[in-house]
Amino acid sequence: MGTPSSLPVAAATAAPTRDRAGGAGWRHVAAAVGAFVLLTGLGAVAPKWLTFLMTMAAGNGLVSLGIVCLMRGGVVPFGQGMVFAIGGYAAALFYNRLGFTDAIGLALAGGVAAVLIAAPFAPLLSRYRGIFFAMLTLALSMVTYGLLMKLDTFGGSDGFNLGRPTLLGMKLPDDKVGFILFLVTAGFAVVMAALARIYFDSTRGLVTLAARENELRVEYLGGSVRQAMAINFVLAAFCGGLGGALVVMALGHIEPNFSFWTTSGEFVFVAILAGWHSVVAVFVASTVLEVVRSFSSSYFPNTWQLALGIFLLLVIRFLPKGIGSLWHRERK
Amino acid sequence: MTKRTSAGAAAQRTALALAALLAAGTASAQETFKVGIVSFLSGQAAESFGIPAVNGAKVLVDAFNKGAAPAPYNKTGFGGMKIEAVYVDENGGATKQVQELRNLYDREKVDAVVGYVGSGDCLAVAPAAEEMKKFLLIYDCGTPRIFEDGKYEYVFRTAAHATMDNVALVRYLKAKNIKAETFNLINQDYAWGQDSKKDFTWSMEKLYPGAKSGEDQLPKFGAGQYGTEISALMAKPADVTHSSLWGGDLQAFVLQAAPRGLFQRTQVVFSAADHVLPGLGEKMPNGVILGARGAYGLMSPKSALNDWWWDLYSKAYSVYPVQAPYRMAQALLGLKLAAEKAMAANGGKKPTHEQLAAALKDLEWDSPAGRIRMALGNGHQAVQDTAIGRTRYDAAKKMVVLDDIVRFPADCVNPPPTMKSEDWIKAGFPGAKGCP
Amino acid sequence: MQTAVTILIDGLTYASWLFIVALGLTLVFGVLKILNIAHGSFYALGAYAAASFVSWAAALKWAPAFSIVAMMLAALAVAVVVAPLTERALLRFFYGRDEVLLVLVTYALFLIMEDLFKLVWGTNPYYVSEPYALFGNVSFGRQTWVGYDFALVALAVVVGLAVWWVLNRTKAGKVTLAVIHSAEVASSMGVDVSRVYIAAFSVGIFLAALGGAFTAPMISVQPGVSVGVIIVSFAVVIIGGLGSIQGAAVGALIVGLARSFAVHVAPVAELFSIYVVMAVVLMFRPEGLFQRTQARRI
Repeated sequence: MGTPSSLPVAAATAAPTRDRAGGAGWRHVAAAVGAFVLLTGLGAVAPKWLTFLMTMAAGNGLVSLGIVCLMRGGVVPFGQGMVFAIGGYAAALFYNRLGFTDAIGLALAGGVAAVLIAAPFAPLLSRYRGIFFAMLTLALSMVTYGLLMKLDTFGGSDGFNLGRPTLLGMKLPDDKVGFILFLVTAGFAVVMAALARIYFDSTRGLVTLAARENELRVEYLGGSVRQAMAINFVLAAFCGGLGGALVVMALGHIEPNFSFWTTSGEFVFVAILAGWHSVVAVFVASTVLEVVRSFSSSYFPNTWQLALGIFLLLVIRFLPKGIGSLWHRERK
Repeated sequence: MTKRTSAGAAAQRTALALAALLAAGTASAQETFKVGIVSFLSGQAAESFGIPAVNGAKVLVDAFNKGAAPAPYNKTGFGGMKIEAVYVDENGGATKQVQELRNLYDREKVDAVVGYVGSGDCLAVAPAAEEMKKFLLIYDCGTPRIFEDGKYEYVFRTAAHATMDNVALVRYLKAKNIKAETFNLINQDYAWGQDSKKDFTWSMEKLYPGAKSGEDQLPKFGAGQYGTEISALMAKPADVTHSSLWGGDLQAFVLQAAPRGLFQRTQVVFSAADHVLPGLGEKMPNGVILGARGAYGLMSPKSALNDWWWDLYSKAYSVYPVQAPYRMAQALLGLKLAAEKAMAANGGKKPTHEQLAAALKDLEWDSPAGRIRMALGNGHQAVQDTAIGRTRYDAAKKMVVLDDIVRFPADCVNPPPTMKSEDWIKAGFPGAKGCP
Repeated sequence: MQTAVTILIDGLTYASWLFIVALGLTLVFGVLKILNIAHGSFYALGAYAAASFVSWAAALKWAPAFSIVAMMLAALAVAVVVAPLTERALLRFFYGRDEVLLVLVTYALFLIMEDLFKLVWGTNPYYVSEPYALFGNVSFGRQTWVGYDFALVALAVVVGLAVWWVLNRTKAGKVTLAVIHSAEVASSMGVDVSRVYIAAFSVGIFLAALGGAFTAPMISVQPGVSVGVIIVSFAVVIIGGLGSIQGAAVGALIVGLARSFAVHVAPVAELFSIYVVMAVVLMFRPEGLFQRTQARRI
């Protein structure tokens, strides 16, 4: 397969993309900075439980962002719990065993660990589509779950705790911990969202979208669908690991359940709720799910599963293209 | 009357009315003590542990609010302040529980949280509560790790941990001179099962030196199908077969093993099985040695408090209380005393989280299951007596009763404050007192 | 020798249980292309229904032998009442959309059913014990088995043969096979595809409920019963191949024997042996051992 830059479709998209990326790139950076400022303001005035909820939403949203990355290519991974757990365990283990406590460093460590462990599976997984892709990823995440349950050095089924992280060498004061961890998580979310938007609009991002429509055509035109899929899988792994590490730091606890199929299912649901057009929609969707979960627990302690199930059905039925379709205009 | 005077009179009347309203408002808008109660309302632990505990909480909080409990628990609510209970489902994983805990403290603004059965959940929420500097009262959870691996100011557990279950079980075998040269194990493959199996095995090494362990079955939690495991246990029968199975899994195991003759071929010992007795009834074989994780249910000591509690629960739910509601009861009784002690010290106001913690630390109180003493974990972890008995179906009463009950005082089966459970067992229970 | 026979018998009885429980899942996927996560919930529904039907039978003073009939009727009731309702009122709105989307729909259904069971049957445990003692005991050497387990083996064989025969030897079955191969072409040939879907879904649910009904005598029916079944049925179906009856049988046998071997020889490995087998099959032969649906490869 030739390199994209030497062939018609790639050339056609390359030039305008580069121009567009130039202008759009700055727009995205500005949007990201603006979003971060807004979130800082929100976090400063919000009650503690809301800040925590938004931290979890942002962390979980990162994993769903990775899923959207793959969904644009037409495959839906049902096993992102695996990279979520790997990121979380890596961060927790670095903290406890190596004494490395910097929040930003731990987050990045989580992302990198997830990439290192997931990457060998990428070439294999990139060959499959549809239900088989979903099932293979599901099986891998359940094997990870089984391993984590069995290994006592990783805490076994109870998991283990980690203490308060530090930030750039500074200890975090008692009353500001939640807010600062929220800022770190939101910061990563905003940065990854901007990068994702830039990536989606780039050549490879568009090849992915094209592969969703018609893989054969893309192959004929010289793009490598397998390569695109493999790269998307690795990127999704990074996002998932990042999210896992951030969530673990906010929670202070990690357990094998992070890799269970129901956890993966919730990430997929958020991705579907968001749709694959808008990156912001992913985090909005993640927040919506957290809010619904939180309030159905309070108002329906005996029937929260019923409430959540009905909510899922309504969303899947009435928002087929996800929340993102509410404000995204298909660019022709 | 001039207009001004009538206006003035009207204004006076309005002011008086407003004042009266405000006075009435303050009188009726009494402060309540809001307590969050977390346990399993769905999932596999609901039927055996969660729902009975929550039922116990409901009926007890009701009784407290009416001032109907016997002395020294006869004050209305907590020191005159009515109790308002908020219930949360523990099902859904430890991550969700940490979030729910934060919601309870920050959004619902509860004054205390009483909860948690699953050890994983306890290990996750304890540091969260501590970090938030909020009072958390753990009423169940088996793992000794909470206060052995951590130090807490705001977190307490008002029930003894699981070490005493298996130590007492082995001591019972010894006290009754039961032959135990070989033993088989079947436990669920997760922390609870693995810890129980280790505690039992280490205790056996000390009290039955030379006893050999045979089959070590570790079925998946929630498997429900034990045919193969039962065949393995019967293929290499041992004198004693130990299990920490509970809930639906335990019931399935008994239903599947009994017709095949396992209970005749070996002495089966269950570490935490009392909760399946009302349901299984006749289907529970006779002669099974079991514990209730404390002196609970049919093994609870006779006292006026216990009689009152037993009637209260049985009348409301048509079944006698097993271990879960007892543990909830001793938690709420302890909380009540601690709250009232704190209120006595601070002039009758609602206690702060710090005041509650200070009051509960090192506290001792009477519960339907006997005396509870916060003796371990720097005054944060309780010890209590326990009991082991043997099953027998009583056809006249149409229920399973427990015979040959032996009581084990707290100091016999709980480690001292200075040692971790694992080390204490492996060292041969140094300092154990009052063992029968 | 005794051990080898025990391993075989245990493997066979467990495999029969697995087959009955997993067959419905593979059938529903084969025809409707839906991976039904709520399969475990229909299994639980069968168990609860059996508990109710058998207690009614006892109240009506039926002989204990007829409790088996009551269990069959329970499974039938579930299939006749709940299956068409679920299919018409819920699933058909999502046909044609992404397969993975349907997985999420069935997951939502699983959540809803868990709480519905609590609302209808409460949280107390139910026991269906009369049938379990009906078949006496079977001994071999030092081992004793309950006759009921062998009855399940017979049931598995009967059910498997019945489904195979209907699919391959009756007109309705051949029409269903046509729909499995291509719903579009079948529809253009005049087949009422939606009726085939309803029928196939009902049969799939009947089989799930049958599994639950016949398992009820050996467990305590309470909340949480559905959870343990989902993953294990899923594994069997993946190993055998989605949509294949022979595959479900072979998958059940492989899992049953592997597990039996592990339990008797190396119990430590039991927990995630099933996941590893599943992952290995998926990596080397993702269509499963008996391909029906082709896994798209590039």
